[in-house]
Amino acid sequence: MQLRKTSIGIAMVAMMGLFSGVAQAAETIKVGEINHYKRMAAFANPYKDGINLGLDEINAAGGVLGKPLEFIFRDDQGKPGEAIKIAEELMTRDGAVMLTGTILSHVGLAISSYAGEKEHLYLASEPLADALVWEKGNEYTFRLRTSTYMQASMLAEAAAKTSAKTYATIAPNYAYGKDAVAAFKKALLKLRPDVKFVTEQWPALFKIDAGAEVQAIERAKPDAIYNVTFGGDLAKFVREGTTRGLFEGRKVYGLLTGEPEYIDPLKDEAPVGWVVTGYPWYDFKSGPNKVFVDAYMAKYNASPGIGSLVGYMTAKSVAAGITAAGSTDTEALVKAFKGLTLQTPVGEITFRKQDHQSTMGAFVGTTALRDGGGVMVNWEYKEGADYLPSDEEVKMMRPAAK
Amino acid sequence: MGLFIAQLLTGLANAAGLFLVASGLSLIFGVTRIVNFAHGSFYMLGAFIGYSLMQVLPGFFGFWASVLLAGVAVGLIGVIVEICVLRPVYKAPELFQLVATFGVILVIQDLALMTWGAVDVLGPRVPGLKGIVRVLGEPVPQYDLALIALTPFVLFALWYLISKTRIGILVRAATQDREMVGALGVNQAWLFTGVFFLGAALAGIGGAIQLPKGGADLLMDFNILAAIFVVVVIGGMGSLPGAYIAAVLISVLNVFGVTYIPQSTLVLMFVVMAVVLMVKPYGLLGREEVAGEHGQVGEPERPFKPAGTQGRLLVGGLLAILAFVPLFGSSFLSVLVSDVLIFCLFAASLHFILGLGGLVSFGHAAYFGGGAYVAALLVSTVGAPMEVAFLLAPVGACLGAVIIGWLCIRLTGVYFAMLTMAFAQLLWSLVFQWDEFTGGDDGLVDIWPAPWLSGTTAYYYLTLVVGVGGIIFLRHMAHTPFGYALRASRDSKRQAEATGIHTKRIQWAAFAFAGAMAGLAGSLFVFSKGSIFPTELEIARSFDALIVIFLGGVKTLSGAVVGGASLEFVKDFLTRFEYWRLTLGLLIIVVVILAPDGIVGSLRKFGERLGVLRGVEN
Amino acid sequence: MTEVLRTDGLSKSFGGVRAVHQVSFGVREGELLALIGPNGAGKTTCFNMLMGQLKPTSGEIYLRDENLAGLAPREIWRKGVGRTFQITATYQSMTVIENVQMALISHHRRLYSIIPYAHKLYRQEAMALLELVGMADQAERACAILAYGDLKRLELAIALSHDPSLLLMDEPTAGMAPKERIKLMQLTADIVKQRKISVLFTEHDMDVVFAHSHRIMVLNRGVLIANGSVNEIRNDAKVKEVYLGGGNLFEKEKDSSNA
Repeated sequence: MQLRKTSIGIAMVAMMGLFSGVAQAAETIKVGEINHYKRMAAFANPYKDGINLGLDEINAAGGVLGKPLEFIFRDDQGKPGEAIKIAEELMTRDGAVMLTGTILSHVGLAISSYAGEKEHLYLASEPLADALVWEKGNEYTFRLRTSTYMQASMLAEAAAKTSAKTYATIAPNYAYGKDAVAAFKKALLKLRPDVKFVTEQWPALFKIDAGAEVQAIERAKPDAIYNVTFGGDLAKFVREGTTRGLFEGRKVYGLLTGEPEYIDPLKDEAPVGWVVTGYPWYDFKSGPNKVFVDAYMAKYNASPGIGSLVGYMTAKSVAAGITAAGSTDTEALVKAFKGLTLQTPVGEITFRKQDHQSTMGAFVGTTALRDGGGVMVNWEYKEGADYLPSDEEVKMMRPAAK
Repeated sequence: MGLFIAQLLTGLANAAGLFLVASGLSLIFGVTRIVNFAHGSFYMLGAFIGYSLMQVLPGFFGFWASVLLAGVAVGLIGVIVEICVLRPVYKAPELFQLVATFGVILVIQDLALMTWGAVDVLGPRVPGLKGIVRVLGEPVPQYDLALIALTPFVLFALWYLISKTRIGILVRAATQDREMVGALGVNQAWLFTGVFFLGAALAGIGGAIQLPKGGADLLMDFNILAAIFVVVVIGGMGSLPGAYIAAVLISVLNVFGVTYIPQSTLVLMFVVMAVVLMVKPYGLLGREEVAGEHGQVGEPERPFKPAGTQGRLLVGGLLAILAFVPLFGSSFLSVLVSDVLIFCLFAASLHFILGLGGLVSFGHAAYFGGGAYVAALLVSTVGAPMEVAFLLAPVGACLGAVIIGWLCIRLTGVYFAMLTMAFAQLLWSLVFQWDEFTGGDDGLVDIWPAPWLSGTTAYYYLTLVVGVGGIIFLRHMAHTPFGYALRASRDSKRQAEATGIHTKRIQWAAFAFAGAMAGLAGSLFVFSKGSIFPTELEIARSFDALIVIFLGGVKTLSGAVVGGASLEFVKDFLTRFEYWRLTLGLLIIVVVILAPDGIVGSLRKFGERLGVLRGVEN
Repeated sequence: MTEVLRTDGLSKSFGGVRAVHQVSFGVREGELLALIGPNGAGKTTCFNMLMGQLKPTSGEIYLRDENLAGLAPREIWRKGVGRTFQITATYQSMTVIENVQMALISHHRRLYSIIPYAHKLYRQEAMALLELVGMADQAERACAILAYGDLKRLELAIALSHDPSLLLMDEPTAGMAPKERIKLMQLTADIVKQRKISVLFTEHDMDVVFAHSHRIMVLNRGVLIANGSVNEIRNDAKVKEVYLGGGNLFEKEKDSSNA
């Protein structure tokens, strides 16, 4: 009974929020933000917090075009069809001027296609799929976050410097995992044609049979391992691998493994000595990175994840784009986003004209244990621009877009 | 050799957890006939509660005490669910309870999120069992060996409980004849509650015991659901030894699959299930189902006639309102109504075989998504004009239904349901895995309608005409000789066969027809969204349709449409709020308890009681 | 008189158990033939073979010149054999008349028709059949709420819908009150006479058997031990022996038939 009362209370509060949102409709510039707030709460919530922090700063400084900037957050239940319905509502009923959001690649691709067809601007903040800006890229879609291709290339560059000759890969059996393995293989073989991939493991996403995977990799006796698993799969893989001694004497490269969202849950069992991409918020001593981390921790009393950073940069990118466009008209916004340059905690980024990909980079470092938790040491920020394909290649890869 | 043994041991260790959870599900189904979707939620709760207990109870014994206490705690939660949610609806049509358990899933998801937060937790390792043992040189974790050793004891304890104790004898008797146990003076309600406690506790223990091999997260409820249903079905619904054999079979095959066919991880268990069911239609150790035809237990469906003038005027009026939506509503309202119409057509197509034919398909999304993919592939690979692709989609879906129907129709009841699910899942994994052709889970995008239909309004009218037309056609079919033959095959196979009706062929034809109509819905869907992903083929999609049919009223003609429209509109409203799953889950549970005949069925009864509607004579 | 149905050496074994062994008999045109025997004699097995539920281990079943052995029930029905069930089998979700219409639709081979409304098809024919069994006044009632005796009569109407030449009735009066039984069998006998249908039926109730059958066959342990007129069977020593203590039954029967 208590429960029911609580939920009714929640519903009422939320409804009030809804109406108050409608009341201020006239004075704000609205952005429709669609994400998997329920299905992937662990990733989406820090992202939302990042956006709200960004909005605080933007609106404290007078908003954009003289009006406050507002994000409307909507949950898509992780379903592409649902996301498109919500996108339609945000754009046509709620008066949003553009769309942002999604983590899951397929939802991002669905919204991108919708944006292209209906001529709405979509800033894909977090989805990693390479197709979003290349094979399926279109005039109205821009992507902020460092893509799979870029991050995999960074790890391949580090891997090429070692003497390891045989590699095993393990990646979740879906598009992101396949992209990540393909990109790593391509980049590494370019630098080191002598390298061999001795086994490729494809556990089902979030259903890994870690013991079996570890045995299968052990059987191939690789010199090095390239890991793309994340979340619960990563935890199980690391635990089984450590218990069974899989990582002893082997180099391991982990895509995204150093991101707080993924390494923090591992606590003192975080792997040591892996070369990973991630976000070492704990190590910033000064500069814009530090300023962002401090502001975030002051507001939320929690440490930021990579999602927090991306959310913050999303808000900032939107504000910069609208300001540069001088209007909220879609065509003006698209024009403004092409080549848009702005300052962010990680430095200056540009939304490239040729493929609409931002030049946001990634932190690459080695994992270690500190105070009972996993951290990245000896890290370095790699500029995204250095890991993007040439204009020629991009042209070949972007058939759909003008 | 060493590796082989080590792999075998890994498989056996994995089987332990799977068996614990599946045995609980099997037990609950065997006695109460409830297909308990919330079983995965019990498993998740077991993991989270176990985790919390392990934070306060240290050491080797603390770990095992936590596992047991987690089981007890989850068992008690199961009791609460049984008493508050399921007991009021035992008399409802069979499978109706699955709607209630669906509500429970939603509630538990949000409660778990509130209680434990969004971040995954890593399970603690067991003090004293952290190391490895070398078996022929291969490392085997000590905890794996502990699990392997433990399972036979659990199996034995359960076997003892079921076959040697008085309670067990009652449980077994109830599995075979529920009425008889009632007649013997045993309080059936408390027997069910007891079984629910045990089943939920086993799930909870299963969740807690896997902590050292992983952890707890908010997705684990759905992630284990398919696997435990597969295990229970392969073993034979209600058979504990069967569940154990199936758990071992699946787990061991999976370990070898991982090593030798790494890409097989998505589909292996469904292939095994399909093969087992085609060879042994009731699972390895299952018995032929004696329960009534599904969806048709209890009060029989009432005779129906085509709508009278009043009804037609009402529908006509409603259609007129819908026709004016683009003129007076926002373009979003058009999109929302289109979405609802498409979903209603999909649900109505399932309702046709489920309601009239008693054929419970758990894999109807295969034809919805399948139709959508046929259209999308025609557009993207051969550049077919949208109009052609649109019309060929239902044809493709129908062909798929003809093939799958032929393989499934020999089975009945829950086994039929599970086999349809297995094939849907096979189709899903084919689409998911075959990137080059289907785009994998990145799907097929930019599948937009022809220019003359591309505006929101133009497409809205297409959806209105085709969607409503499809629903009316399905309804018309119910009144035709074919629809009657389908009902006859469900009502009395004996009489139907004895009067010249080839019941299986009628059912097969109906299955194919329903597939075609679902394909039509899929076709409308893909061009309205512009893209298609394997999510539209998922089990969850099939259940979306299944749930609204029961919610609307399986024994009414308009149940699917009313249920579908109600749920979609409510969902569209609720998802704007933070804890929408909790609210929706509670709402579903309330509706289920207040309206055990579904929305339409219960409103009809209510109207009869008020004297507004003419009732049936008694 | 010509024979409508003829079995020749009909046998069925389950595993090693002989349920029915070398049963040969004929059903004549317009005849009401009873098949009786104690429990477990093989009546039901025999019936199930005639109706196509069971495949004979050996032996033939001829409907005039056509061999029925091994055909499915629905195929046997198409050849003009109607049947009623020991435990009624009707379509609970339909009205009374729709139950009959369903059989008529099947008879006219319109099962896959998707244009007309089923409830409008063959209504008059169906009503005529219901009148025949005295159910016309209940035509629009839901089948689910019928009394058991009415269900039996409805089944009879269904069984007559394709104008069969032979009617197989498995314990037609089982589960009915004694008065009802006589009424139902009288009705059947009248219809048989009127329509020149042959009927083969099994029955437990000897009142019914001796009151209405033209001829009686007795089955014991899977073997046909007697086949003759009512009087012949009454006086058959072997039959008396089989029905241990059944003498009483016959005595009583004699009284009632004499009355």
